[in-house]
Amino acid sequence: MASAGEAPGGEDTHVEKKKKASERYWEEPGKDGNQTEKNDGESKQLQHKKAEKSRKRKLEHKPRDQSRGKNFLSGKTDPFPGPAPVPKDRIQKFKRKEDMSKPRHKRHKLRQLITQSEDASKMSQNQAARFDLLLPEDAGFLEGDEGEDTCTISQNDIADAVDLASSAKYFNLKLSQFGPYRLDYSKTGRHLVLGGRRGHIACLDWQSKQLMCEINVMESINDVKWLHSESMYAVAQKKWLYIYDSNGIELHCIRKFNDVLRMQFLPYHFLLATVSATSFLQYLDVSVGKEVAAICTKTGRLDVMCQNPYNAIIHLGHANGTVTLWSPNQKEALVKMLCHQGGVRSVSVDKTGLYMVTSGMDKKLKVYDIRTFKPLKSYFLPAGASCLSLSQKGLLSAATGDIVQVYRDVWSTPVTKPYMAHRVRGAVSGLHFCPFEDVLGVGHGDGFTSMLVPGAGEPNFDGLDANPYRSAKQRQEWEVKALLEKIQPELISLNPNKLGEVDRATFEQRHQDRVEALGFDPLAKQKFVPKFKKKGRSSSGAVERRKKQVAHEDQRELIKNTIEQKMRTEKEQEWKIKESVVFRKKSALDRFKK
Amino acid sequence: MRPIKVLSRNPDDYVRETKYDIQRVPRNYDPSLHPFEVNREYARALNATKLERVFAKPFLASLDGHRDGVNCMAKHSTNLSSLLSGSCDGELKIWNLTKRECVRTLQAHEGFVRGIVVRFCGTSFFTVGDDKTIKQWKMQSPGYGEEEEPLNTILGKTVFTGLDHHRREGVFATCGQQVDIWDEQRSSPVRSFTWGVDSFSSVRFNPVETELLASCASDRSIVLYDMREATPLKKVVMTMRSNTLCWNPMEAYYFTCANEDYSLYTYDMRNLEQPVVVHMDHVSAVLDVDFSPTGKEFVSASFDKTIRIFPKDGGHSREVYHTKRMQHVICIKWSADNKYILSGSDEMNIRLWKANASEKLGVLAHREREAANYNQKLKEKYQHHPQVKRIARHRHLPKNIYHQAKELRVMREARRRKEKNVRKHSKPGSVPVVTEREKHVVTVVK
Repeated sequence: MASAGEAPGGEDTHVEKKKKASERYWEEPGKDGNQTEKNDGESKQLQHKKAEKSRKRKLEHKPRDQSRGKNFLSGKTDPFPGPAPVPKDRIQKFKRKEDMSKPRHKRHKLRQLITQSEDASKMSQNQAARFDLLLPEDAGFLEGDEGEDTCTISQNDIADAVDLASSAKYFNLKLSQFGPYRLDYSKTGRHLVLGGRRGHIACLDWQSKQLMCEINVMESINDVKWLHSESMYAVAQKKWLYIYDSNGIELHCIRKFNDVLRMQFLPYHFLLATVSATSFLQYLDVSVGKEVAAICTKTGRLDVMCQNPYNAIIHLGHANGTVTLWSPNQKEALVKMLCHQGGVRSVSVDKTGLYMVTSGMDKKLKVYDIRTFKPLKSYFLPAGASCLSLSQKGLLSAATGDIVQVYRDVWSTPVTKPYMAHRVRGAVSGLHFCPFEDVLGVGHGDGFTSMLVPGAGEPNFDGLDANPYRSAKQRQEWEVKALLEKIQPELISLNPNKLGEVDRATFEQRHQDRVEALGFDPLAKQKFVPKFKKKGRSSSGAVERRKKQVAHEDQRELIKNTIEQKMRTEKEQEWKIKESVVFRKKSALDRFKK
Repeated sequence: MRPIKVLSRNPDDYVRETKYDIQRVPRNYDPSLHPFEVNREYARALNATKLERVFAKPFLASLDGHRDGVNCMAKHSTNLSSLLSGSCDGELKIWNLTKRECVRTLQAHEGFVRGIVVRFCGTSFFTVGDDKTIKQWKMQSPGYGEEEEPLNTILGKTVFTGLDHHRREGVFATCGQQVDIWDEQRSSPVRSFTWGVDSFSSVRFNPVETELLASCASDRSIVLYDMREATPLKKVVMTMRSNTLCWNPMEAYYFTCANEDYSLYTYDMRNLEQPVVVHMDHVSAVLDVDFSPTGKEFVSASFDKTIRIFPKDGGHSREVYHTKRMQHVICIKWSADNKYILSGSDEMNIRLWKANASEKLGVLAHREREAANYNQKLKEKYQHHPQVKRIARHRHLPKNIYHQAKELRVMREARRRKEKNVRKHSKPGSVPVVTEREKHVVTVVK
């Protein structure tokens, strides 16, 4: 940029030689004029020299100037030639993988293929990074005055300070009859379902505060969960699992799922994962209504559950302090981690799938790196957190009794104070950040509280993935598309990008599997059994001789192979040495050697 | 005033203004908002592959009207919708492909029509037949009351079996007992090439180096000529006879010949020692071959009642077409717009096929085209995944062809195994490894 700025300066002097340059609004007014008034003669000399210099420079730089930008008729050059630069860190955000190494030998076709694909991906990264600059919304934030903690700012103060539409997002629903409440926001963050312990279910469009349905199932409710869209939700009732539509009509009663305590919905797989009091983890494919897997975890009552949004693995917390990771394809846990002394009370995994936050009966809050399964941070909370929830931007909310605390950056820096805190009117039983909004929903014994947490939600949504403003038609279209690209449950594994990698070990793996399945190795060489021959040719001596012959032949082949290999390696080494000699000879200084 | 900001979107920025606008779709390409992208892409690729097989309906139309087997066809040089075909009873028909009807019929020869070629200007065409004549005809049909008569008739000494026209000049070549170069203005050949005693089955001008020709002879050889020289350039002798050949229109130093030994061979004209690629898949003699105008693929017609499409550098076909009623396919053409394939067969029909079996014909809307391109790329990207591969390469074959192919495979395997065993039990080096490409060339003569 700096060098580009020089060019117009040189042009200016060139013009000045003939006459004074006309004033431009971007130059400082009167600066040139003052100079000329002060020392007329000197300036002329200076100008002359300058002109000469500039002419020289021009001669030197002519080809570079031409290449850099178009010279306009006015004599100006483009001050920002070439494509606009894109910040490196933004490009990094869109980088999926490291650059491929090109094959060493000729292989022109492969080389070309790799270069082409690399160019294409680079271009797409650049364009995405460039598009990223233009995103319309910025994330929210909250800063205290000097010496003031942000956690002391009350919700009422925040609601007063922000605009009307946002202040309406802080509200309390006083539902003291049927509590405590569980809650769930739909994927777009538009809709909310509340399920009271004593059978009350309410669905609402919480931003417009429109009630969609309200029913009482006259039975205890353990959990509620939206399915893929806001037209259906699942309710874990006293005995069975029920599916209702948004008008409160019972669609299904699924008797295969009994005593369900917690549920998670995997939106890209269309799977509803449930855990029950009978220690069963079950998966229901909601697109076809089939049970995909039922796993007996053999760990007692299961009431702590969360999903990893990055790879659709289910995390379960147990009473003995372990957290286990499950996929529907395996009857055993993928990973078992001992996280706490005493039972695990709550688990949560962040959006990128890197960190897991757990809280236990030992009143500790721990942060784990799930790539290495190692603890990163451990905090002590005086009362212990009963519920945890992570927002899209990585804020952690923890409920201790009737106080909801929100923490920032729990994994990168040691946290001493909460970012925000709020006291609700009963013990907290459900906690959920609203996607794409700076809102935290709290279900408690006295109803529901929607509180404002600036900086919690992702500011820019993707219209093709989850659009809070979509119309009915758009939703229908999205539903069809989403169903078409439903991921099969067999593809759930710890590394979701496994499918995009080269499967190197397959042959060996296949062979091993085959050996395991058959019980013997079909490719193994069978032991030589000499044929029985008549007319006395199968005397024990003759048989022994024949055996020896075969063994001898095998031995010869083995020796031959090893010798051949030896020769080959020797030859290669020789060639390498030769090559290195040849390369050394090519040095420019060799001509002086004698 | 407290420094505070809470997300607050104006719905007007995200919702369309009137119902006549299109919906607004704000995008955010952040990878963390799009989890499972590989898996979802894979699901899309699988769907695209399945849909491709669902929509693979290559057969478009059958043009019937000939009263004997179709022996030869010619594309019009300037008109996409015209096709000329000659049958075994000497009848010649000109077809309008858009209307799928015959526009003109004429009795060109007595006996077979052996070859048709349209002049480069498209105003007239030449035919040769079993009655030892070369006839030139006007492309326009005769007016009312006029008789169907050739512009020009040349009586040759021997039977002609094929002909081809020069790309730019009034010169054409015929083959029979020798290869003759004719000037359109004269009634005797300008030049005759012979090389030993044999008869030729086809002759083709090179589309780029227009003075060069190649021909297939019945003594199992392929001979190259330069029109300006008095003697042939060189020839390659193979183990079996080649029926026809076709030059690659884009890389015109390559030509592909259809051989009697069920395979096609692509040669580099500059090096005839061994073919560049051996294309195997047919289970009977290959009778005709034609390149696509892009030079990336070619189509072959075989005695086994199927048509196969090969990539120019692939050993196996990417597509096979067959119908219950199609008999031995005698001649094949790839249309000049790269979209259709025309096949003429023994049972008197000409069939029109799509070159890309699942392609949607007609004008595509922009979004449709985008979707098709995207799907194509997805299929390419995931083509090696076992599930995708299995679906993409599955073809239903008639029972006899399926079994014959299996038999051939077993035979080839057995031969290979035997050779291996022989090699194992003989003196090292005495039984050299002969590759499939080297196997079929006997000699190259210059």
